Amino acid sequence: MRERKPRLFFSFAATAAAMEAERLCREAGLPGRLVPVPRQITAGCGLAWMTEPAEGERVRAFLTERGAAYQDCVLLDF
Amino acid sequence: MIYLDSAATSLHKPPQVARAVAEAISSLGNPARGAHGASLAADRTIYETRRLLAAFFGCPRAENVVFTSNATEALNVAICGLLGPGDRAVTTDLEHNSVLRPLYELQDRGLRLDFVPADARGRVDWADFERLLVPGVKAVICTHASNLTGYSLDLARVAALAHSRGALLIVDASQTAGLLPIHMEDMGIDLLCFTGHKGLMGPQGTGGLCLRPGLELRPFKRGGSGVHSFDRAQPREYPTRLEAGTLNAHGIAGLKAALDYINAVGRARLYAAEHSRTLRFYEGVLRIPGVRVYGDFSQPLRAGIVSLNIRDEDSAAVADALAVDFDIAVRAGAHCAPRMHRALGTEEQGAVRFSFSPFTTELEVDTAIEAVKTLAAE
Repeated sequence: MRERKPRLFFSFAATAAAMEAERLCREAGLPGRLVPVPRQITAGCGLAWMTEPAEGERVRAFLTERGAAYQDCVLLDF
Repeated sequence: MIYLDSAATSLHKPPQVARAVAEAISSLGNPARGAHGASLAADRTIYETRRLLAAFFGCPRAENVVFTSNATEALNVAICGLLGPGDRAVTTDLEHNSVLRPLYELQDRGLRLDFVPADARGRVDWADFERLLVPGVKAVICTHASNLTGYSLDLARVAALAHSRGALLIVDASQTAGLLPIHMEDMGIDLLCFTGHKGLMGPQGTGGLCLRPGLELRPFKRGGSGVHSFDRAQPREYPTRLEAGTLNAHGIAGLKAALDYINAVGRARLYAAEHSRTLRFYEGVLRIPGVRVYGDFSQPLRAGIVSLNIRDEDSAAVADALAVDFDIAVRAGAHCAPRMHRALGTEEQGAVRFSFSPFTTELEVDTAIEAVKTLAAE
């Protein structure tokens, strides 16, 4: 397996919320991508937005400002 | 063939609809069932279609757009998810069996159900809405326009009256979605049920319902959702709560292409084209000796439908003659609208329904008028 690195994951209650977060982040040019939700995270949606830890505050503030509801924000080795 | 059966399904669709389905069927994976490219492509297509529909119908949130296989399923989800034994509801004589049969089923289990009657021209009297909408009524379920006469209901007026008595409004927009203006927030619609394959010009097998935020519906079906796999119950979040099983992503891709087309051309422009053909036909057949046209054509906003009979001829025989001798496709019979036929007095004879689309040409309308003239003179 590949070497694991710390990554930040935003989880969502439903796939529609993950799609909305992806759309907003892409439009804003924020780095990250949708991945299968890691097993350590309990979420309503099977997708999570994964980004670099250094981007965490920026993404969190952006999603909050745009009213995109994420369920949790978790730092994991992935 | 001259196709005048658009109230059953739109046959002339923008070519990009078929192209979108063909592309989707060879490229989209199962939505919400993975994070690989094909699955995400399906998720994105579906989500963009939710957004388009939410904007198109004035639904405040994209996640409150739920996909079903047609309007019938949407109406079952809405009616059975909201109402139960002991509840009270009001509906109308204008309704299709997609509204009537779920309500009758609930009525047999203890729902109290009242009907706003239709007169001999298929119209309602607002005094009957006032009379029947008593405190304790939980919901009004009504069509936006009759699939037999095209007569439309003023939804904003129904919603205002329903809300003033504490009731919700569930709308069957099967005959109007894509052509007549519908805005849930502005009109006060709580639940809007639509099909994708008629006025919206998408593929068959598409449809859905839009819910006002805050409404709680019991799931109509339960099963795979791609999430919460170890939970015994269906997830509570919308739209997943009401969307058990794999969605029709291929059809939804076609519906998205249709919505893009409608938005580019303009719904009002499409409606104007359809309405002008409808009135042209109505005026052309109205005074043909032996022809009886049903309904009220004074409304500026109505579905593109003209139903008629020739003397006491069986409507099936007239439709067959139109198909065989003139290559004109119409629909005869009862149109799944039993109470409307009773109101019109056509329970035995049925009616010959001509229904138009924005793509119907004036030449096609004039040919159909001549065909009716010929048959009426025989």
